[in-house]
Amino acid sequence: MPQPAISIRNLGKRYRLSHSGQRAGYRTLRESLSRAATAPLRRLRGQRGETSEEFWALENVSFDVRPTEVLGVIGRNGAGKSTLLKILSRITKPTAGEVALRGRVGSLLEVGTGFHPELTGKENIFLNGAILGMSRREILDKFDAIVDFAGTERFLDTPVKHYSSGMSMRLAFAVAAQLEPELLLIDEVLAVGDGDFQKKCLGRMGDLATAGRTLVFVSHNLTAVRTLCQTAVWLERGRVKMHGHVNDVVNGYIESAECLASQRVWDSVEAAPGNELLRLHRVCVAPSGSSPAKSISVDTPIDIDFELWNLTSQATLNLSLVLYSLEGTCIFNSIAPAATVGRGLFRGRCHVPGNLLNDGVYSIRLLAAKDQASVIFDMSDLATFEVHDVERPILWFGKLVGAVRPQLDWQVGPLGTESPRG
Amino acid sequence: MTLIRPQTGWQAIGFQELWKYRELLYFLTWRDVKVRYKQTVLGAAWAVLQPALMMLVFSIFFGRLAKVDTGGLPYPLFVFAGLLPWTFFATAVSNAGNSVVGSERLITKVYFPRLIIPFASVAAAVFDLLVAFSMLAVLMLWYRVPATWGLLIAPGLLTLLLLTALGGGALLAALNVAYRDFRYVIPFLVQLWMFATPTIYMHIAAGAERSSIVSDWLLYANPLTGLIAAFRASVLGTPVSLAALAWSAGAAVVMFAVGCLYFRRVEDSFADII
Repeated sequence: MPQPAISIRNLGKRYRLSHSGQRAGYRTLRESLSRAATAPLRRLRGQRGETSEEFWALENVSFDVRPTEVLGVIGRNGAGKSTLLKILSRITKPTAGEVALRGRVGSLLEVGTGFHPELTGKENIFLNGAILGMSRREILDKFDAIVDFAGTERFLDTPVKHYSSGMSMRLAFAVAAQLEPELLLIDEVLAVGDGDFQKKCLGRMGDLATAGRTLVFVSHNLTAVRTLCQTAVWLERGRVKMHGHVNDVVNGYIESAECLASQRVWDSVEAAPGNELLRLHRVCVAPSGSSPAKSISVDTPIDIDFELWNLTSQATLNLSLVLYSLEGTCIFNSIAPAATVGRGLFRGRCHVPGNLLNDGVYSIRLLAAKDQASVIFDMSDLATFEVHDVERPILWFGKLVGAVRPQLDWQVGPLGTESPRG
Repeated sequence: MTLIRPQTGWQAIGFQELWKYRELLYFLTWRDVKVRYKQTVLGAAWAVLQPALMMLVFSIFFGRLAKVDTGGLPYPLFVFAGLLPWTFFATAVSNAGNSVVGSERLITKVYFPRLIIPFASVAAAVFDLLVAFSMLAVLMLWYRVPATWGLLIAPGLLTLLLLTALGGGALLAALNVAYRDFRYVIPFLVQLWMFATPTIYMHIAAGAERSSIVSDWLLYANPLTGLIAAFRASVLGTPVSLAALAWSAGAAVVMFAVGCLYFRRVEDSFADII
């Protein structure tokens, strides 16, 4: 039995939360000085100094990754996936426990880190390569391969600021693709970019996996995790909920409905997601005219309700709903006509007819644009719901492929009296 | 094998790891230099122009109007020989001070020894210093001040200045992450420091009576006093004050150590709070 490439023991990471429930960030000197100045006064009044709360983003996480193993890390937003990756790539230190890494580690938490718009394509290749941990020698050796992969040869001496976003992304990924450490840690880099680009990324990761590298891959894209990984870890609220063969873990994750939340309510305006203009009160996905507890089938019409607080006096808003599959594919985007709302609670309802969505798990993103000009609200994963399959009147029980499953008009029948070569 | 464990308290500076990442230091420095010169029309001329313009202003106000005592040297040359190391120090420390906060993407997405960031800013300022040296050579020719053997200690002096800048830059960079309004304090500090340093005047005017004990003490305590005075003396061939230099050399080493150690102590929190 070879030694594990990564062994994680009782790993924990604690963050302090400030009063507003957000992660305590930097302070200002002014605050700290005034705090220090008023400290004796507060002590006299018997108040305690700090009232920050603690929050364990990771707690008691232990597992091993064998050499050449390809491991997927899945879980809801905020389950600790990114924190785990940040600790493994040494960007942040754990609060408890330890990790032993055997082999040269490379991490890819973002494509194109350190790209500078003023520098040319060629200059950025060297800069980005160095940032990712490649030596000058290595970059020189792989320079042609990088340029080939990116397909931007003609623009090597053009500053990257003149590149299209797709072009600079391709160049950035081409550099990253040449990274050949023994251990590679990858975060959701595939979430960005178009379908072609994602395919290219997945292909490259598949190559690395076959080449016998150890990979840790964090993703929302369950299909990608299933295709690439042999094993998976499912994190829930900072703990390991399940660890094992990829299919078992992904199925367990989907079945647990841990990813489901068809209704969410925030009672206090202060704690609700949003900003000083708009805050969310309630999101609910339910069969039309029924309660959210009722299950949704492929043929069920659905109402998606949003209740929001408008915190400004009066605003003309366009709500915009984007629906994603659990694999991260965008299914559709539907924009409501402009509506003028006064201060206070208001509701938006989007009706999704039956026989449109395929069976599967979907998540909701809501955007709001003010005066048809600026987006003032944009939040993903507001609610997640499942659409079940129904008994079909046809003799085909496999999953119907496709992002949607509309019921369309078909007419099939004999063409008439003429028959071929009659 | 790499072990990742919780860490608190003081850490070693970690020269070994810094050396391992020297290519990254090189590339980040190169980026800073390149981008700065690409963004301005004048390019590398800025490195010369900035101290040259300051020299002009000071020459008019202090040399002509106030007639500052320079020990018989032409004031423009006198002030330029002081401005050269000072401009380096001021640029290095203020750029390094803002460097970490400005590298949020790097810090939250990639691992490398964090000290590389302020160090690269200081190194980019070294490049400007070298460019500005050509201007000094021109001035010396113009005023027919011969180069002396004293010039040989100039590199040593600049090394000490570099150490001070690295330490000061690292310290300010770390404070800037923890206290985000610190960046408003930095230019003010640098400005004050300039007046507490004998850049545009001479710290001991020959034969002049001591005007104030406090300001004298402040001048001596300032580690830059000895370095900048010694640099000027070495370039212009006047005697070097060894006592002041020894104090400054000690202060440079202490400043480097304190700055880097403080930076190392708090760097683990950078990714979490930046």
